[in-house]
Amino acid sequence: MILYENIRLALFSLKANKMRALLTMLGIIIGISSVIAIMTVGNSMTTSVSESMESMGANNITVGLQQKEDEEESTEEGLQFGGPGRMKTAQDDDGFTYEMLENYCDTYGDYIMAISASESVGSGQIVDGSLYANVNVTGASLGYFIANSIDLAAGQFFQEREFDDGVMVALISDLAADNLFDGDDEAAVGSQIQVNVDDKYYNFTVIGVYEYDQSASGFSSTSTKDTTTSMYIPLKAAKELTHTDNYLQFTVVTASGVDSEEFAETTEDFFATYYRNNRDFEPSAFSMSSMVEEMTSMLGTITMAISVIAGIALLVGGIGVMNIMLVSITERTREIGTRKALGAPNSSIRTQFIVESIVICLIGGIIGIILGVALGAALANMLGTAASPSVSSIILSLTFSMAIGVFFGYYPANKAAKMDPIEALRYE
Amino acid sequence: MERKPVIQLTDIYKRFYIGTPNELQVLNGINLTVEEGEFVAVVGQSGSGKSTLMNIIGALDRPTEGQYHLDGVDMIAARDGELSKIRNRKIGFVFQTYNLISKTNALKNVEMPMLYAGVSGRKRVERAKELLTMVEMDERMHHLPEELSGGQKQRVAIARAMANDPAIILADEPTGALDSATGRKVMDLFHKLHKEQGKTIVLITHSPELAEETDRLITIKDGNITGERSGRGGQ
Ligand SMILES: Nc1ncnc2c1ncn2[C@@H]1O[C@H](COP(=O)(O)OP(=O)(O)O)[C@@H](O)[C@H]1O
Ligand SMILES: [Mg+2]
Repeated sequence: MILYENIRLALFSLKANKMRALLTMLGIIIGISSVIAIMTVGNSMTTSVSESMESMGANNITVGLQQKEDEEESTEEGLQFGGPGRMKTAQDDDGFTYEMLENYCDTYGDYIMAISASESVGSGQIVDGSLYANVNVTGASLGYFIANSIDLAAGQFFQEREFDDGVMVALISDLAADNLFDGDDEAAVGSQIQVNVDDKYYNFTVIGVYEYDQSASGFSSTSTKDTTTSMYIPLKAAKELTHTDNYLQFTVVTASGVDSEEFAETTEDFFATYYRNNRDFEPSAFSMSSMVEEMTSMLGTITMAISVIAGIALLVGGIGVMNIMLVSITERTREIGTRKALGAPNSSIRTQFIVESIVICLIGGIIGIILGVALGAALANMLGTAASPSVSSIILSLTFSMAIGVFFGYYPANKAAKMDPIEALRYE
Repeated sequence: MERKPVIQLTDIYKRFYIGTPNELQVLNGINLTVEEGEFVAVVGQSGSGKSTLMNIIGALDRPTEGQYHLDGVDMIAARDGELSKIRNRKIGFVFQTYNLISKTNALKNVEMPMLYAGVSGRKRVERAKELLTMVEMDERMHHLPEELSGGQKQRVAIARAMANDPAIILADEPTGALDSATGRKVMDLFHKLHKEQGKTIVLITHSPELAEETDRLITIKDGNITGERSGRGGQ
């Protein structure tokens, strides 16, 4: 009952000094909103990372090549921003050979579920009279479909024989089948298609139609009819078309139960033996889960940094609240004297001003949360992830605002409570 | 008829220390007894110590020396917490400057002492409305102090002083800031409380006419009671 009265009084005194109250709240608003914003962004990023991790497979290991560290210029920065003379691009000769991969599979067969490698031939168009479909022609290993979770709508994947012999067969997307075969996926299977890539024409036999996953390719402004989808051909066939022999990068899908981080190291060590004599490059292998960990820890660092800044803002905000409470108490000295004359015990006066301080902080906190959620949503949107404000951080912020109110409101409130009634009444 | 003493002051001294060695003796051994139902006027020049005496009677201040009993309670021995309870239940203050709480309407102002007494919401409102009707301010109960005239504010303040049905009403120059017509109306209210409800009232005033209307006139000069006689009301 008294509490309700106190809240009502606090709101009244805030209403009487709106501008002053708002300025006082500013520190708290900034502090809380930045915490909420970063938490929202962090939360959305973690969600989207773990989602993409799920779709890409947490157990995948990406194996590639990295430039050997220069003796003189060994910093990472030197690698990335070093002059063009120092930067080298890996050539086909530097790549992993088919033999290396075979040896690898033979050695660690139990650990490996599939190996996914691909080779881009180029973008082009499947043409059939007036009908067409835009495609990216990509050579893919058998493991590619497992690693990328591609599902068939009709027909079948490449067979071992077709893969090894580099037969000119192809998998097209259901979108391409829509354009060329009027959506009849079954009719597409077994048909001959002609593909035009860089003004060269190639003939392929369609052996399967896969389900095109729109969400995986992001938004496209073009109509579905003009959307470019991948057309997969056996890796061997693609290698012949691009006149290359080796692989600059591939993905290993580990068998279930394998510790992918540990196996990434084993993999790196295995391939390193082949690269002792390579002057420029060495293999690098890392698991998706270690990438996610790295990302999370980076996000954690950013969150920490912003939290420190927010903490300072909150401290400054709290001091502001204390200051304004001291001003308010001085202004209302006679009121305090009157209340004491009417029989208010010290504890009531103290409670009244602590409640007022809490109300200021809580309103500041609520404004901060609203701004923070909006800002976080905007930032998450810019980063292309869905915003998911963290409920726990909102509850924490509210609790924290109240704590600031109590902490910084106590001293002024206590000062008011201990005023001498006569002196307070005589105050001019 | 033998009446019960409400206020009993014995050898009350009050000294202010305005930086040692300067000390200012404002009350020089005051002895005063006010009986239940008495209407007493305290008169004297400005600075003679009237308000200081009133603050001691009202438990807002403690004497430097002396004994004080209010309604049988030893006020010297009482702790601060007890004093605030006594101010709340047994004393009703009326100030020259009204001292209504700003931004708070007349009704809420009258409710305030009851709020500190822990009276429930509905009873508070009921009683406050009753009191505002008594002072003829019921039509203005939702008005803020800044929307009221001086006389109206003082009537609200009197209603507030009556909230917890106190043993004594202490009024320090309640008409000091009012013109004679409005002052008259406020004074009539005190008479009404005295006659109809039998309230014990101690009134400080500068107006000889108003003082004459009470039961007893006490004159203070330089911190001493220098005169005491019956007023018209006491005859
Ligand atoms: N808190 C105080 N500190 C110092 N001097 C005071 C204080 N309160 C009152 N006085 C002094 O005591 C004297 C009596 O004051 P007061 O009781 O207010 O007189 P009155 O009400 O009769 O005009 C005055 O000289 C005043 O200056
Ligand atoms: Mg005075």
